[in-house]
Amino acid sequence: MGDILSNYDILGAFWMTIKLSVLGTVGALVLGTVLAVMRVSPVTTLRAIGTSYVNVFRNTPLTLLMVASILGMTYILGMSLSDDQQTNIFRWAVIVLSVYHAAFICEAVRSGFNTVPVGQAEAARSIGLSFGQSLTQVILPQAVRGSIAPVGSTIIALIKNSTVASVIGVSDAAGMMATIVENETGTFGVFLIFAVGFVILTLPLGMAFTAMSRRLAVRR
Amino acid sequence: MGEPLVVMKDVNKHFGDLHVLRDINLEVASGEVVIVIGPSGSGKSTLCRTINRLETFESGSITIDGDPLPLEGKSLARLRADVGMVFQSFNLFAHKTILENVTLGPIKVRKEKKADAERHAMELLERVGVALQADKYPAQLSGGQQQRVAIARSLAMRPKVMLFDEPTSALDPEMINEVLDVMVQLAKEGMTMVVVTHEMGFARKAANRVVFMADGQIVEQAPPSDFFTNPQSDRAKDFLGKILTH
Repeated sequence: MGDILSNYDILGAFWMTIKLSVLGTVGALVLGTVLAVMRVSPVTTLRAIGTSYVNVFRNTPLTLLMVASILGMTYILGMSLSDDQQTNIFRWAVIVLSVYHAAFICEAVRSGFNTVPVGQAEAARSIGLSFGQSLTQVILPQAVRGSIAPVGSTIIALIKNSTVASVIGVSDAAGMMATIVENETGTFGVFLIFAVGFVILTLPLGMAFTAMSRRLAVRR
Repeated sequence: MGEPLVVMKDVNKHFGDLHVLRDINLEVASGEVVIVIGPSGSGKSTLCRTINRLETFESGSITIDGDPLPLEGKSLARLRADVGMVFQSFNLFAHKTILENVTLGPIKVRKEKKADAERHAMELLERVGVALQADKYPAQLSGGQQQRVAIARSLAMRPKVMLFDEPTSALDPEMINEVLDVMVQLAKEGMTMVVVTHEMGFARKAANRVVFMADGQIVEQAPPSDFFTNPQSDRAKDFLGKILTH
């Protein structure tokens, strides 16, 4: 066991998992919020685009998207995001994680929109706020507060789903575990190290989101 | 009284098959207080909400201070800024403090400086008697207090006319008067008001004119003293008979 810990850069692998997760989360939050706004907008075309996006990406396996990004986008279509092979793979992994989880973030934020009573929008319009101002000043802040708990769940899922990036060769925690199992041994000890690693990443996050959803809840 | 501030001309609206507004013609002069009463489902709330286009209408026209009601966009937002609205369910912004509720419009729409907006807001909150609650959130206030804040929020925009859509219907009985007192005060100060209400006492005390609606039509309009003592139409007699017997 000691050899494994000293011979393999497990912390480095988890650092890669953290980088994937943080960048993937940022992308998913931005894209997901835009999609949610599209899905509740009064414009039919925007609503249709938002709905199709969610249906396509929520119902496609993440592994398939991951593999398609390299085999399809890079090798067949030649869309390389960096001359360096490892960097290209990493960037595609971040994009796929963002694009896939944006569908779930969108639905979480949309459920937040549903917690905002119609009267809030009417009041916003009645004091002369424009559509954009009503959205950014009144509706979105309340929708976001109403969606903290489900968004938290999605982010935790994203962190664990980031392990799928190892299938296209990103050297994250899951990739490292596979390497160790292949080269050394597949004991429970090895699995435990990685399981504990993920618990350390996700458990405090889950607690933080629960606390935040209570503290920021909009009282009506 | 001068040029009419609000003019509704031949306004018609349907909800599906239901003809909720039938050929509505109504003029409200500057400084006038008009009470709209009628049985539920008569279209009185809808009439009130069409004046700042929270409800659309199919035909006819509405002008405010000579300007026709814009269909949408920036010009509609600009017009709404001049038309105050007080809702039955208060609709204070739940995530903002009382003070922020009152300053949001002046800062974002009127582009007032924050300090100026806050000074004006505190004056208004003082006037409606909730200045001590300025840093609280709406849910921490009673219904009567919330509704008075909602009135202050509308007043902060320095509106030309104020619409009240059943402002006391969601309140506990002991809180109704504190809201009505503020409204009577406003009326005395010369604010132009259109008030949908069931409060006959307020109508008697503050209204210049009562508009009686039934089935989407304006059936009768008269000064309150005439209307309550000597209604002309059978519908109005029937309605008053039902609400004034207790």
